[in-house]
Amino acid sequence: MAMPPYATPGEKVVITAFRLFCAAVFLFLIGPILVIIPLSFNAEPYFTFTKDMLSFNPDGYSLRWYQDFFTSSDWLRSIQNSFIIAIAATIVSTVLGTLAALGLSSRFMPYRAAVMGLMISPMVVPLIISAAGMFFFYSKTGLVQSYAGVILAHAVLGTPFVVITVTSTLMGFDHSLTRAAASLGASPIRTFFKVVLPLVTPGVVSGALFAFITSFDEVVVVLFISGPEQRTVPIQMWAGIREQISPTILAVATLLVVLSILLLTTLELLRRRSERLRGMSPG
Amino acid sequence: MTSIAAPLTTADGQPLKVSLRRAQRRSRLRAVALVLPLFLFLVISFLMPIAEMLLRSVENPEIVELMPRTTEAIQDWDGQGLPPEAVFQAAREDLVAGRLARNIGTVGSRLNYEFSGGRSLITRSSRQAARWEAPFKDAMIAADRRWGDPEVWQIIQREAEPYTLSYYLAALDMAYTPDGEIVKKPAQQSIYVDLFWRTIWMSMLITALTLVLGYPVAYLLATLPLRYSNLLMILVLLPFWTSLLVRTTTWIAILQTQGVLNDMLVWVGLIGNQSRAQMIYNQTGTIVAMTHILLPFMILPLYSVMKTISPAYMRAARSLGAPPFIAYLRIYLPQTAPGIGAGGILVFILSIGYYITPALVGGESGRFITNFVAYHMQVSLNWGLAAAIGTILLGAVLILYWLYNRLIGIDSLKFG
Repeated sequence: MAMPPYATPGEKVVITAFRLFCAAVFLFLIGPILVIIPLSFNAEPYFTFTKDMLSFNPDGYSLRWYQDFFTSSDWLRSIQNSFIIAIAATIVSTVLGTLAALGLSSRFMPYRAAVMGLMISPMVVPLIISAAGMFFFYSKTGLVQSYAGVILAHAVLGTPFVVITVTSTLMGFDHSLTRAAASLGASPIRTFFKVVLPLVTPGVVSGALFAFITSFDEVVVVLFISGPEQRTVPIQMWAGIREQISPTILAVATLLVVLSILLLTTLELLRRRSERLRGMSPG
Repeated sequence: MTSIAAPLTTADGQPLKVSLRRAQRRSRLRAVALVLPLFLFLVISFLMPIAEMLLRSVENPEIVELMPRTTEAIQDWDGQGLPPEAVFQAAREDLVAGRLARNIGTVGSRLNYEFSGGRSLITRSSRQAARWEAPFKDAMIAADRRWGDPEVWQIIQREAEPYTLSYYLAALDMAYTPDGEIVKKPAQQSIYVDLFWRTIWMSMLITALTLVLGYPVAYLLATLPLRYSNLLMILVLLPFWTSLLVRTTTWIAILQTQGVLNDMLVWVGLIGNQSRAQMIYNQTGTIVAMTHILLPFMILPLYSVMKTISPAYMRAARSLGAPPFIAYLRIYLPQTAPGIGAGGILVFILSIGYYITPALVGGESGRFITNFVAYHMQVSLNWGLAAAIGTILLGAVLILYWLYNRLIGIDSLKFG
C-alpha cells in the first residue's frame, strides 16, 4: 500500500504512525489466539514457552495434551453433549427465527419495531439474568437438569442471531421477483420454494451458524440450569480454569479455534455466493 | 370536465378499495401468523422466566406461609412495647408445627437476612417450643432473651407481608430502622452500591478503550481497497467467532505471573525475575481481556457506518483549503457519530452484564456486580437478593437498549 503521491512529509509521518497503530491493534486482536496454538504442544505442564520450545528442540513439543483430551471420558462426553445441545437448539431457533423474519420483513406487520425489539432482547439481556430467571422458572416446570431445558434455553439465545441475519437478507430482497413469479402463474408455495428460499438460504445458514456457535460457546445458562449429565465443553473448560488448570485446556482451545476458522470460512463463502446470486460483483 | 361516473372496480366487480383492503388484511394476518410461533416461544421460555425473576425480588412468602397464626395475630399489634400474649401463643404454635413439618428453617434463614442471629433464634426456639407452658410470653423470654426485644417482633410484623421491598433495600445498601424508616447502611457494610459504580466505571473505561483502538482500524478497513480490507477483516472476525472461554484462557496464559508476557519482560530485562508484574486476577486483567473480547463489537458497527461515507466530502474540504486535521474534525468525525453511538452503546450494554471473564480473571478487585448475582444464586442461596440485584441491572440495560433502538434502530444490527 503506497503512500498517496500528494502527501507532504508531515502527512507521511501521520500516515505511517496511523498504520503502525492499526498493526498494533491487529496484533492485539489476533496475537492471543495465535499464541495459544504453539503453547498447546508444550511437553511440560506449563502455560508458557519453555527453553526447549524457544530453541525449536523437538523434545520441547509433544501431543500429550491432545492425547489427554482424546482419552478422557469426561472431555469426550462433554463434546458429545455440546454437539447434541447445539444442533438441537440450532434447529429450533433457525426454524422459528426464519419464519418470524419472513413475517417481520413484511410491510404489513403491525407493531413491527416493538416486536423486533422483543425478538432481539435475548441477545441484549445480560446472560446471568436470563440464567437466573430460567433457573427459577425451569425448576418449577421440572426442566432444570434436563437436556430439554438446556436446549430450550439455548434456542432462546440463538434466535436473535437468526432473526437479524435473515431479516437483513430479506431487506435487500427484490419483491418484484415474487410478483414476477406470481404473474407467471406460480402458486405462493411454489414461489417460496423456487424463488424466495434460494435467495434467503445464505442468510438462513449464516444465522444457523451463529445460533450454533452461540449455543456451543455458552457457559452461564448451562452453569445455572444443567445437571452433571449435561456438562458441555465450555463448562468443562470453566471448571478446568477454576480448579485444576492444565494445558489440556490449551489443546481444547486450539481445537475450538480450528472450529471457528471452519465456521468463518463457511460464512465467507456463503456471503460471496449470496453476492453473486444478487448480481453484485464480488470484492 | 366530466365527473367520475363509477368507482374503480377489480375484474370481479368488487370496488377496488374493498378489494385492496382485503388483500392488505390477508397480508397482515400472514405476517402475524409467521411471527406468532417465535413470539409464543419467547413468551414461554424467555419472558416468563424474566417475569419470574422480577417476582422473586419482591416475593416474601416465608413468614406468611410458614407462620400463618403469627401472621394473623400480629396484624393487630400497634408496634409499641411487646406484642400481646395472643401473638406469643400463635408464634409458639407455629414453631411447634414448623418443627414437625421440618420447614421452620426457611423462616430462620429469612429472618437471618434481616438481623444476624435470626436463624439460631428460630431453630433453637422451635426445638424447645413443645415444652413451653402458658403464659407463653414469659416462657419464650425465659427460653431466649431476644423474644423480649420489641425490635425482633417489629421485624416479624414487617416481614409478615406477602411482598417486601427489603431485598431492594439490601441491594442498594439500605435497611429499615426498627420504626420502619429507611436508612443507609454504615460504610463498612455497604458493598453493592460501590460495586454498581465500579461496574459502570469499568464498563465505560472498556468502551472508551475499544473506541480508541477500534476507530482507526475501522477507518483503515473502510478506506482500503476491498482486496486488502477483506483479508484484514478476517483478523477482526476470527476473534469474534472464537470461543469466549478460549479468549479468556489465552489471556490467563499470557498475563499470569509465570506467563508469556512476564517471561518476555524478564528476558528483555525490563523487570527482574523476582518482581514479575501482577497483571491478572485484578482490574487490569478484567479490562485487558474484556477490551479484547468486545473490540469486534465496536469495529463492526463503526466499519459499516464509515463504509457509507463518500470520500468526496473530505476531498472537497481539502480542496477548499481545510488543513487535514480540521477537515477530519469538522467533516469526517461528525459523519461517523452514528457508528460511535452504536458501537459505544453495544459495547457498554454487553460489558455491564458480563459475568464469565470478570469471574475468571478479575480476582477481587476486578469483580462486576454480576458476580454477586451468581454468588447469591449459587453460594449464599439468597435468591431474593440475587433477583433484586439482577432486576436493577436489567433495568439499566433495558434503558440503554431502548436508547439504542431509538437512536440507531435495532434493524441496523448486522454481523460479519
